[in-house]
Amino acid sequence: MPERGEGTIVERPLRLDYDYTAGLAQSRFLKGIAQKKILGERCPKCGKVYVGSRGSCPTDGVATDGGEVDLPHKGTLTTFCVVNVPFAGQSVECPYASGYILLDGADIPLMGLIQEIPHDQVRMGLRVEAVWEDEVGPTLQSIKYWKPTGEPDADYETYKMHL
Amino acid sequence: MSDVLRAPHAIEYTYTRSVGPVIDRFFAGLGEHRFQGIKGSDGKVIVPPTEYDPYTGETLTEFVDVGDVGVVTSWAWVTDPQPGQPLDRPFAWALIKLDGADTSMLHAVDAGDESKMSTGMRVKARWTEDNVPDMSSIACFEAEAG
Ligand SMILES: [Zn+2]
Repeated sequence: MPERGEGTIVERPLRLDYDYTAGLAQSRFLKGIAQKKILGERCPKCGKVYVGSRGSCPTDGVATDGGEVDLPHKGTLTTFCVVNVPFAGQSVECPYASGYILLDGADIPLMGLIQEIPHDQVRMGLRVEAVWEDEVGPTLQSIKYWKPTGEPDADYETYKMHL
Repeated sequence: MSDVLRAPHAIEYTYTRSVGPVIDRFFAGLGEHRFQGIKGSDGKVIVPPTEYDPYTGETLTEFVDVGDVGVVTSWAWVTDPQPGQPLDRPFAWALIKLDGADTSMLHAVDAGDESKMSTGMRVKARWTEDNVPDMSSIACFEAEAG
């Protein structure tokens, strides 16, 4: 215990243990990840491709097609933030960039770390590709991070609908 | 169902908080195996003590010793205790009004069986040996006679 007095500080852990059930759609997606595939699901009505799909289109309320869209591992960084504040359980050293990656052919971005580029050069429109862990499994941690492809930046017009 | 993945998922935050002058004194008392309340503007004794009067908002300063024996005003039986709860066997969460207090505080009652619990029963604090000045000094409550 620290010193007694008006400024006594105590540490109070708060822990919630969940038994998480991924559901059919997320299970399809995660099983794809375990095979180094990024599977999207298409809405039969509006044609949008959801990645990390919950199994239905939030706009149309209809079931998506069941993991038929094998997406490329390349996309455009639509938006990002540079994390400067350390917090407990952080897996990378500050500062680092975390962003939304809109895969080519997808209509919703995935979140990921942006590495192999100085954090102050990370920018909207940056073209990035997935860097996988050597050992992959049914978890998004199988994608270690995203690195620049070296392609010219995407034109703002191509992703402005996804911000 | 085998198509559906399941996994444990733990979310854990550690809060670092300052207890403030009133709870600090309450905790110090617990380390000495005694309970203290604080007198409100209406003369009622609030346990655990609050820094401010619940009605007028004024700063409260008048500490009052209360007993480590009290009465169960309400309770709920826990059949399957969760990790981190005060007891690892079935117990009751109870609101306990300590002798000399006008409010009830929440704690566990080690009654052994639900049939031993009743509203109005007298319970006594079971203190831990290590005299830590915080809530962990109270192991639980138990029936006064038992
Ligand atoms: Zn749709």
